[in-house]
Amino acid sequence: MSRRRVVITGVGVVAPGGIGSKDFWQLLTEGRTATRRISFFDPSPFRSQVAAEADFDAELLGLTPHQIRRMDRAAQFAVVAAREAMADSGLEFEGLEPHRTGVTIGSAVGATTGLDQEYRTVSDGGRLDLVDHSYAVPHLYNYLVPSSFAAEVALAAGAEGPCTVVSTGCTSGLDAVGHAAELIREGSADIMIAGATDAPISPITVACFDAIKATTPSNDSPESASRPFDDRRNGFVLGEGSAVFVLEELGAARRRGAHVRAEIAGYATRSNAYHMTGLRADGREMAEAIRVAMDEAEIGPEAIDYVNAHGSGTRQNDRHETAAVKRSLGAHAYRTPMSSIKSMVGHSLGAIGSIEIAASVLAIEHDVVPPTANLHVPDPECDLDYVPLTAREWPTDTVLTVGSGFGGFQSAMVLTSARGGAPGGRTL
Amino acid sequence: MAVRSDARVVVTGLGIAAPNGLGSAGYWDATRRGVHGIGRIARFDPASYPATLAGEIDGFAAEELLPGRLIPQTDRVTRLALVSTDWAFEDAGVRPEEFPEFDMGVVTASSSGGFEFGQGELQNLWSRGGAYVSAYQSFAWFYAVNSGQISIRNGMRGPSGVVVSDQAGGLDAVAQARRQIRKGTRLVVSGGMDASICPWGWVGLLASRRLSTSTDPARAYLPFDGAAHGHVPGEGGALLVLEDLDSARERGAPQVYGEIAGYGATFDPAPGTGREPGLRKAIEVALDDAGLAPGDIDVVFADGAAVPELDRVEAEAIGKVFGPRGVPVTVPKAMTGRLCSGAAALDLATACLAMRDGVIPPTPHVTPADTYDLDLVGARPRTAQVRAALVLARGYGGFNSAVVVRACDR
Repeated sequence: MSRRRVVITGVGVVAPGGIGSKDFWQLLTEGRTATRRISFFDPSPFRSQVAAEADFDAELLGLTPHQIRRMDRAAQFAVVAAREAMADSGLEFEGLEPHRTGVTIGSAVGATTGLDQEYRTVSDGGRLDLVDHSYAVPHLYNYLVPSSFAAEVALAAGAEGPCTVVSTGCTSGLDAVGHAAELIREGSADIMIAGATDAPISPITVACFDAIKATTPSNDSPESASRPFDDRRNGFVLGEGSAVFVLEELGAARRRGAHVRAEIAGYATRSNAYHMTGLRADGREMAEAIRVAMDEAEIGPEAIDYVNAHGSGTRQNDRHETAAVKRSLGAHAYRTPMSSIKSMVGHSLGAIGSIEIAASVLAIEHDVVPPTANLHVPDPECDLDYVPLTAREWPTDTVLTVGSGFGGFQSAMVLTSARGGAPGGRTL
Repeated sequence: MAVRSDARVVVTGLGIAAPNGLGSAGYWDATRRGVHGIGRIARFDPASYPATLAGEIDGFAAEELLPGRLIPQTDRVTRLALVSTDWAFEDAGVRPEEFPEFDMGVVTASSSGGFEFGQGELQNLWSRGGAYVSAYQSFAWFYAVNSGQISIRNGMRGPSGVVVSDQAGGLDAVAQARRQIRKGTRLVVSGGMDASICPWGWVGLLASRRLSTSTDPARAYLPFDGAAHGHVPGEGGALLVLEDLDSARERGAPQVYGEIAGYGATFDPAPGTGREPGLRKAIEVALDDAGLAPGDIDVVFADGAAVPELDRVEAEAIGKVFGPRGVPVTVPKAMTGRLCSGAAALDLATACLAMRDGVIPPTPHVTPADTYDLDLVGARPRTAQVRAALVLARGYGGFNSAVVVRACDR
């Protein structure tokens, strides 16, 4: 029996520097950065005072006052991104069998911003041990359990099939889409609205990354603070945003004349079973995830035209990832451009994996690979082609995108153009 | 191993932490006798809150069961999850260090992560300043913490995952574990654990507006009773060792509790559409997936929300599939309280024990309302051969999941 193939037919993005996939792609290809001094609260007490913030006006973007009241910022992002993806897909959701449409939304830290604000209020600024429930927002339960994010997207789509949040730290955005593709492949759903969201720019998140010096202290130069693969990098820059996709089975998409944006050809995740925040330098588990994802896509390393890196801009990540790519792609690693868009839009934790899938889809469509901004002084330990500073016109049919996260999760996905036959010469 | 979409996935080990019993033997002994673990909250003074009862786990000595270095970096929920995993491995006769590292994965459900740890660090932040926030906050509270820590402690480098679908999550995790085993991973630890009985967690739970305000532990959580008026939350859950059946037989697993034979999941229609709630569809999909007819099911472990409107929806779904009083229904979580993502994983473990011993555990203190037309296993356990059980779970906001677990002849 031939395997059901899963394609992306709709893309929606909420990112720092641009709402909507068009603005997002423009930012990336111009090599501009959306990192700035934190404006959501006074960051001066913190070690790291820089973030990539989205200029997001929920009301302007069509959410009603009720929706805004009951949703955390991250849920609002997801609904806005889902609406763009659904419109982009051209699907008539009204006419669909609701039980065959599902939702998978990734998020690493859930409603952390809403919870931080609410805690501050109910505890009266941390004064009360026995926090006062009478001061809580009525929809606090939606913040407590972030499955509310998937529920909101399901309501927006009228979806009544399998619905869940995937929360595997910073690989959530890859794992959520990988999971959704699996549901279509196995026949549990025909259409999935899948993606990820996070809005972590809040005092508690900034403080917890300060505590382990994971984020950059480059407060004097916010716009160039995210420097993956650069020898002067000194930590990641927190970001926020969402990307959501419409996924369909290829045959069904073609029959309705859909614009197929890309195929999800392979996906895998592995754990390093090593440390909650640490990475071993050899990149073995990420390499294994890459290898299995390529196997599933039925391609070899030579088919990879571009690697969308995790590239968080910590020394340990950049070296781990470089080792993993060399280990899995062999000599081809040196011939393949590999860049980190986190240099421009920051690291939005669970959301970024999906935002990077969106960048990968756009790279395939435009035959352009986005650059790694702020890469002026290469780290001698990182000796691949990281596409410094400027986007590159580059024939891009197949993209490998990878992620790595706290908890030891390592994930990889292969996306292809689905223009012709299947990769590896499979037939339809 | 190759992908085998028809591979049989079985439960070979149980690790249970529940308010009425720690460890599967203690839990099962209490549960089949109808001993509940609900009481006035002891962890903090609940007097200022409208709800004061919870299912708390007593006597859990994490310090004696886990390495000392893990204590400062973990919330209570993670300690419960790690110890339950140890118990599940022991029960399954598995020494993880003897398994190939990429052949083992972990898929857990979580509703609120390490919430009590988070409360402590939020308090440090807002009362003392950012510099007082723990270096462990970045990973001790988030939803992925249990899967991460379990994989690290046991050297499991295969595919892992975490799902959040409120109370339905425990079943969704097991379904994802089954998927990974069918894709070639030999063993996956799966289930759910939640523990957010702290003031900050309590305020979050209160916001669901579904908590019972009764102060009588025997009358507070009465699913399908005419006097149902909300539920009692609890802490705990279960971690299960799931394996490919052939692999389990090959290594001589001491027991096979049952097979994860079917799974279905749906989301309720938006309010006002007039469409039927999704639970019945989830049941039908799970039965179809298992290749079983309603008549093959010997017991239903119901979700049992104890909110009249939700009880009605569940009773109707069961009635439509099985007919009036067509199948024994039980809600043993009336003894533990609702454990968020731990609840359905615990029900699944309980179903395994019911199949093993031919006993359907009771739903103490409940007199089912006649209007529901359910054959509820009430105050006393019922002796019955259980060859297949259906476990139902619903999450706040509209999540419905159903799993069929079936006896597996050796």
